[in-house]
Amino acid sequence: MSKNLKQAVTDICQGCDNDRNRLMDIVEAVQSQFGCVSGEALDLIAGAVSTTRVEVESVVSFYAFLSIRPKGEVVIRLCDDVIDEMKGSDEVAEAFRGELGIEFGQTTPDGKITLERTPCIGMCDQAPAALINDVVITYLGADQARHIVRSLREHMDPGKLVSRRGDGNNADDLVGAMVHNNIRQAGDVVLADMARGAGIRKAIVMTPVEVIRDVKTARLRGRGGAGFPTGMKWEFTRGAGGDKRYVLCNADEGEPGTFKDRVILTEQPDTLFEGMTIAGYAIGSDAGILYLRGEYAYLRPFLENVLSERRENGLLGENICGKDGFDFDIRIQMGAGAYICGEETALISSCEGRRGDPMTRPPFPAQKGYLAKPTCVNNVETYCCAARILEMGPGWFAQMGSQGSPGTKLLSVSGDCHKPGVYEVPFGIKLSKVLELCGAEAPIAVQVGGPSGQMVGPGEFERTICYDDLATGGSLMVFGPKRDPMKIASKFMEFFVEESCGYCTPCRVGNVLLKERLDKIIAGKGDPEDLEYLQDLGETVKFASRCGLGQTSANPVLSTLKNFMPCYEALIKAPQGALRQSFDIQAALSSAKAIAGHASTHYQE
Amino acid sequence: MSETITFTIDGVKVQGAGGQTILQAAQDAGVYIPRLCAKEELSPFGSCRVCTVLVDGRPQTACTYPIAEDMIVESDSEQVAAIRRDIIDMLFVEGNHYCMFCETSGDCELQALAYRFGITAPKFPYMFPKREIDMSHPEIFIDRDRCILCARCVRASRDLDEKAVFQFVGRGPDKRIAVNAESRLVDTNIDVTDEAISICPVGALIRKKGSYAVPYGQRKYDHEPIGSDIEKARKAE
Repeated sequence: MSKNLKQAVTDICQGCDNDRNRLMDIVEAVQSQFGCVSGEALDLIAGAVSTTRVEVESVVSFYAFLSIRPKGEVVIRLCDDVIDEMKGSDEVAEAFRGELGIEFGQTTPDGKITLERTPCIGMCDQAPAALINDVVITYLGADQARHIVRSLREHMDPGKLVSRRGDGNNADDLVGAMVHNNIRQAGDVVLADMARGAGIRKAIVMTPVEVIRDVKTARLRGRGGAGFPTGMKWEFTRGAGGDKRYVLCNADEGEPGTFKDRVILTEQPDTLFEGMTIAGYAIGSDAGILYLRGEYAYLRPFLENVLSERRENGLLGENICGKDGFDFDIRIQMGAGAYICGEETALISSCEGRRGDPMTRPPFPAQKGYLAKPTCVNNVETYCCAARILEMGPGWFAQMGSQGSPGTKLLSVSGDCHKPGVYEVPFGIKLSKVLELCGAEAPIAVQVGGPSGQMVGPGEFERTICYDDLATGGSLMVFGPKRDPMKIASKFMEFFVEESCGYCTPCRVGNVLLKERLDKIIAGKGDPEDLEYLQDLGETVKFASRCGLGQTSANPVLSTLKNFMPCYEALIKAPQGALRQSFDIQAALSSAKAIAGHASTHYQE
Repeated sequence: MSETITFTIDGVKVQGAGGQTILQAAQDAGVYIPRLCAKEELSPFGSCRVCTVLVDGRPQTACTYPIAEDMIVESDSEQVAAIRRDIIDMLFVEGNHYCMFCETSGDCELQALAYRFGITAPKFPYMFPKREIDMSHPEIFIDRDRCILCARCVRASRDLDEKAVFQFVGRGPDKRIAVNAESRLVDTNIDVTDEAISICPVGALIRKKGSYAVPYGQRKYDHEPIGSDIEKARKAE
């Protein structure tokens, strides 16, 4: 085994040119071949790529899909999202535990199957869902879970668990997934069909500066959530000196409740690659990277095939579309289970084979990004919009949507509604209209923009979805009358505690503290002063955190405090007499007794 | 990179050299901005967030942010102080700190900052983490209970000692310092005289012998608050 490992690791590292920057590819390959990156493997990799063992350990220990300790041949990862929970994932969890005879986080004694929980895998519209190695299982039930375990025990082949394939390209042999697109409304921009090369051919008759001008004229803003003007980002990247620039696409769609990028990748990958190629032309780059979240690994063979077809069609490679000197190609970088890598500088860190720690800004990626070169990072949907703008013209795009937010937006709708799925809507649409479209069942709350966004109540359903009002990267979770906003907020805080990279103090510690106090209130032990405590603490985390994760991670608390105060007030009782609600005299004394070693020889505690 | 840049900090016009960070320029001007992870001889890291200031109204870390002409920096305000107090508080409750018998008590920068900010007991609940202590090395020990994850040892070992003995593993609240060996410090090429050891701002990396040679009450911050040396330079001007 050891000799095998040595040879295999050596081969894997050589296949990556023993390049330290490709450490992600290396450790992912070792993990998939050996079920872990063992201590021995850490030493071998460190030697091959000329770094230290602890550096490699540092990277491996960062990502949820990598491990130093051995895992089972098959890893079942049940989606732990709030939506999955609403759709019955607890019963599914029970069924897996019962049938496997192990707890979450454990491996069966024969070393074959590991059971884990994982944050949102981008399947909220077909929840409960699980990843079994790379295979996605949707619409799970308890019986099916038991059946899955029995089948796996027979053949240990997750691929055989796909009984029926989904719609569209999900049925393609290269995807072969039971995933459904659930496209409920296709708009004119992103989910419309586009002929291969239609955007590039328009672009190359213009100068790169003119291409950027078109993107600016269309007033395209980033679709990931932050809404930075795309044309300006391209201009900065082009204007930053140096000989080499990069085009990065953020397909690390990890915001719980978002899945629209998955649908774009499945149905409109050409539009995306077209947009990236146009960006390459515009900023003067010959290399693009698609950073694909590990949860979407099942799409990789399909996407690789689209890339090779585009190379054959002269839409990637050298002298694209016959344009002399226009060279551009795209490679896929796989993520490995880390929400933080959706933050653009953390994504760059990960592409460089490092921990997914965000970087210090300034400098910004447009000045100094991937491998310290000027880099333009955009969301999947943004590149698609850019491709369509070049194809159809900036005027066509700008007349859609609202004044400050032109174009359309893809929404991933899930939760308590009849028609969960993807909706491409014009910006400026009222939230109430979206709720009507999806058949929301008497919603009491809607989470707009995922946990990092805000939770709004019925009083705000007439607000509009756009950058200037309710901004969203695409996640829209609907909560009906049976749901408890505070428990949802607690679930979201659990997510941020899990997904904080731990680099900076306020996010690493503050989220734990926020959750502690929120849970205390939920347990009926809240004191009146806890409200101010939560508000102040939330503001500290927002104010002092280093990146977008920490700057928004307090939002579940802050937005429920703002919009759902009656829920808090209902749980917090005024102190009775001089004693605080949270003060339990018996509990207080019991810890003192324990310290003193008072254990009764007769009376039970 | 040596052009003079004029900016304002807490209403006072200050001059610095191009390429300097706010922290450096302020320090040269005799303005102390509290910090933990920052250390002159190390590259900026920006993880503790204690040096957070407002730059033209937006929060930034003084240790990483470059100065620019006409920039307005706010450091000494109640709003900023409240944030810093919270962060210092967080660092106390996140670990297990034993000031009353810690080898570093009186020389500890975390403790000294707490005193400077008037913190006598934390307002946040203790998290009481379970962390490993590494006593394997005959001359040095790692007490992760007292580690504040500032990465000073990581940077110093890599850049000053040129060894790269330390690095972080894990993430979020489970992030911890690890050594370049299977698990024990004694299996690395660390040396007791390494900068990485003496640069620890708290009591997480300790030389085993002579820790109490200077008695409590006669240590660095027992005489004057942290930052006084920087502020004295200003007063002397």
